[in-house]
Amino acid sequence: MKFAVIVFPGSNCDVDMYHAIKDELGEEVEYVWHDAESLDEFDGILLPGGFSYGDYLRSGAIARFSNVMKAIMKAAEEGKPILGVCNGFQILLEAGLLPGAMRRNNSLKFICRPVELRVENNETMFTSAYEMGEIITIPIAHGEGNYYCEQETLNKLIANRQIVFRYHNENPNGSLEDIAGIINEKGNVLGMMPHPERAVDELLGSADGLKLFQSIVKYWREAHVVNA
Amino acid sequence: MSLMLEPSPTLIKEEKIYRDMGLTDEEFAMIEKILGRLPNYTETGIFSVMWSEHCSYKNSKPVLKKFPTEGEKVLQGPGEGAGIVDIGDGLAVVFKIESHNHPSAIEPYQGAATGVGGIIRDVFSMGARPIALLNSLRFGELTSPRVKYLFENVVAGIAGYGNCVGIPTVGGEVQFDPAYEGNPLVNAMCVGIIRHEEIQRGVASGVGNTVMYVGAKTGRDGIHGATFASEELTEQSEEKRPAVQVGDPFMEKLLLEACLEVVKSDALVGIQDMGAAGLTSSSAEMASKAGFGIEMNLDLVPQREAGMTPYEMMLSESQERMLLVVKKGREQEIYDLFAKYGLEAKAIGKVTDDKMLRLYFRGEVAAEIPVDALAKDAPVYHKPSKEPAYYREFQEMAPYVPTVENYEETLLSLLAQPTIASKEWVYEQYDYMVRTNTVVAPGSDAAVIRIRGTNKALAMTTDCNSRYIYLDPETGGKIAVAEAARNVVCSGAKPLAITDCLNFGNPEKPEIFWQLEKAVDGMSAACRMLETPVISGNVSLYNETNGEAVYPTPVVGMVGLVEDLAHITTQEFKQAGDLIYVIGEAKPEFGGSELQKLLNGNIFGKAPSLDLEIEVTRQKELLAAIRAGVVASAHDIAEGGFAVALAECVMNANGLGAKVTINGDAVTELFSEAQSRFIVSVKKEHQAEFERLVEAKLIGEVTADALLHIENEQGEKVVHLPVEQMRSVWKGAIPCLLKSKA
Repeated sequence: MKFAVIVFPGSNCDVDMYHAIKDELGEEVEYVWHDAESLDEFDGILLPGGFSYGDYLRSGAIARFSNVMKAIMKAAEEGKPILGVCNGFQILLEAGLLPGAMRRNNSLKFICRPVELRVENNETMFTSAYEMGEIITIPIAHGEGNYYCEQETLNKLIANRQIVFRYHNENPNGSLEDIAGIINEKGNVLGMMPHPERAVDELLGSADGLKLFQSIVKYWREAHVVNA
Repeated sequence: MSLMLEPSPTLIKEEKIYRDMGLTDEEFAMIEKILGRLPNYTETGIFSVMWSEHCSYKNSKPVLKKFPTEGEKVLQGPGEGAGIVDIGDGLAVVFKIESHNHPSAIEPYQGAATGVGGIIRDVFSMGARPIALLNSLRFGELTSPRVKYLFENVVAGIAGYGNCVGIPTVGGEVQFDPAYEGNPLVNAMCVGIIRHEEIQRGVASGVGNTVMYVGAKTGRDGIHGATFASEELTEQSEEKRPAVQVGDPFMEKLLLEACLEVVKSDALVGIQDMGAAGLTSSSAEMASKAGFGIEMNLDLVPQREAGMTPYEMMLSESQERMLLVVKKGREQEIYDLFAKYGLEAKAIGKVTDDKMLRLYFRGEVAAEIPVDALAKDAPVYHKPSKEPAYYREFQEMAPYVPTVENYEETLLSLLAQPTIASKEWVYEQYDYMVRTNTVVAPGSDAAVIRIRGTNKALAMTTDCNSRYIYLDPETGGKIAVAEAARNVVCSGAKPLAITDCLNFGNPEKPEIFWQLEKAVDGMSAACRMLETPVISGNVSLYNETNGEAVYPTPVVGMVGLVEDLAHITTQEFKQAGDLIYVIGEAKPEFGGSELQKLLNGNIFGKAPSLDLEIEVTRQKELLAAIRAGVVASAHDIAEGGFAVALAECVMNANGLGAKVTINGDAVTELFSEAQSRFIVSVKKEHQAEFERLVEAKLIGEVTADALLHIENEQGEKVVHLPVEQMRSVWKGAIPCLLKSKA
């Protein structure tokens, strides 16, 4: 399976994502610059964290106008797995690929720490390797992770089981319904504030994020065996 | 100010306008002699910034010469953007620390942010990839609204900049003392990694080569920042807010990535950050170092606002700007490379052979100065030095004997002292994990960053107990270096070298200069013994508010090499049943201790003594035991003494406690800050091997009951506290102080 790590000016978790895929998952991966026209050669798209365009105006608000977004929209329609982490999640919200918006953390401070998450839906292409209700430790590092959406949208998210991860025990940023990660209706676009790519090596404290990437690869392999 | 309004050379001399820029009458006379004529307004400004203490080190140079700067592994000592040490595998570590005290006192968020930005550029201008940031902060007591404001905004500024650029802030220290009430200290350190063949230097050589400007446009911000940094803070300092720069970390990130690509090109001759004194210092220093001259056309300088004068352009300290020298004829490659990052590189001048800095503006020569006069030949002063009266008084005092009635309450009070309390509130605002190499996060003795592609790691720390240095600068200077080395050794690394940031008061006062001299003597002695040369550094003098100096604070930034990832060690206990040892003896030394401050509200007497030979032996033994794989945890005994250090070993562990026995005077055993001591835990099966390698005393065992239990030889309880109770006091102290209304 071949992954693309999209690099916007100001992305800074691109290296982390790249190494998680290459060194820990052992799959093919390439950096793709924000002006790329096509992502056709890639099987999975990763939008890393950071401060795209300095997060000036609003997190992710400028990145959504970059050239590569057209190719990302296309990949989303084609059903390719697309994962946005942290700033990547914010970009997916701004681009309308996921519903809702981000507010500043309720503490009004940037927070970096490992947090506990509960897997709320393990029947997605991103979470099949987890147990339902599994508690995992994944770090967060953001200033604007306080997820919000209207009641109607929330009802839909709940009804369609689109809430994939919730904060467990303690909600670090004030997000609605303890939401840490959501998926689109079609089930191929996941946005999450915690950084699974930072939790792929016990040496650094946790490897709980690895299963997320393994789930993607498993899904892709199965899909391709069926199609073969 | 428009050109028309600039005072004429004659007026500058007659009205002594140069004095407002920080030049003395003697210095002005020297300038007149160097030029053979009167300087114009622009030239006077250029001289004043280049001859400021901040740029020229004119008052500190004779003292700095005492530092040992050489070592087998040193690839670059002081004098460049940052120092470099070989770490094997064709790699080297690059690091430097720098102050941004005055700007942070006036505008804490931007002052701290741009301090981080500046030190990052110093490291990547060497061609190195920045991998970690650290800091060292000092504030007044956390009780006044002003101090809270400074503290919160300095931390936010560091976070705002470092997080956005994507370099993890992995370590540091924060201390609180009334001496820093009006003059906080904000020192930032950056560590980078480089391949030997990619090392760059800030040189402008090769006649006809092109001088290029890259990065943010030049604005009117930060004008005379270097001069401002070289005078005392007063009530009028608030008016100098325009001398504080504004940072743009996004621009820095682009500049960083572009510059790290450009250093791989052989079209590049030299590169330097436009730091203090911006365009002036970068151009003059690059030319002076290379033995050449530089000619620039200021009309070509990218400008943020219309109508800027040569004076303003040359003295601006706008951030995120770099000066490059590029081989003639290869300019297009460089333009293209920067264009990829949305940046414009602009040719603004060329290298000449006449050793002059020559500036053109609107077709006329705006300034013409010999580069060496601005850089290596800047004046040097040997300031008078005098032992302060307080020092003699402290030395002659009878030893201070504290009285403690309730050991448990005292321990809890010490844990709540902001200087000892958990700094979680601070470091959780820093992205300390980005780039996913942080093996030991903030909160242990030193931070540890693995080096991808190798089995090695780097341990790094910043340290300085300024109370000891105030009491006795020489001993305190030794302790600062030794303590940094202890932290590095506890993490499983061999100390490599240090960078230092000498924060002192006004050096024109002989007592202050004496502190500087003595502290440097002490640091130098420790550096020699510990074999950690000084490879870079920065001096920040004039840290005074309304005539009151801060404590002498020579912050030590140290980096050590972990030869094997398996050696990485942290401070917290690991497993019930492990044996607890203490290395070193407690002595009744309480001068400058947390206990003394807690009980008396101030500090006095003698600093703790330090025997460097014993220090070296203990560090070597401990490191040998760590490398032999027989140490489960290691922690140095520092502020608050043994009891606080032991509490930290259990508070940072999960569900563990400790049961230990002390003998001798309980106050001394628990709270003395006697030096060269460690708490180590060892698995039972490693007992014999550990005892063979290290001279240490077995005092107890790690327990599974999450209780800290300390008893005396008679088996009587001295301290018996639930770990959770200690942890909540220790973690809650700083957030609680910040929330409380003054």
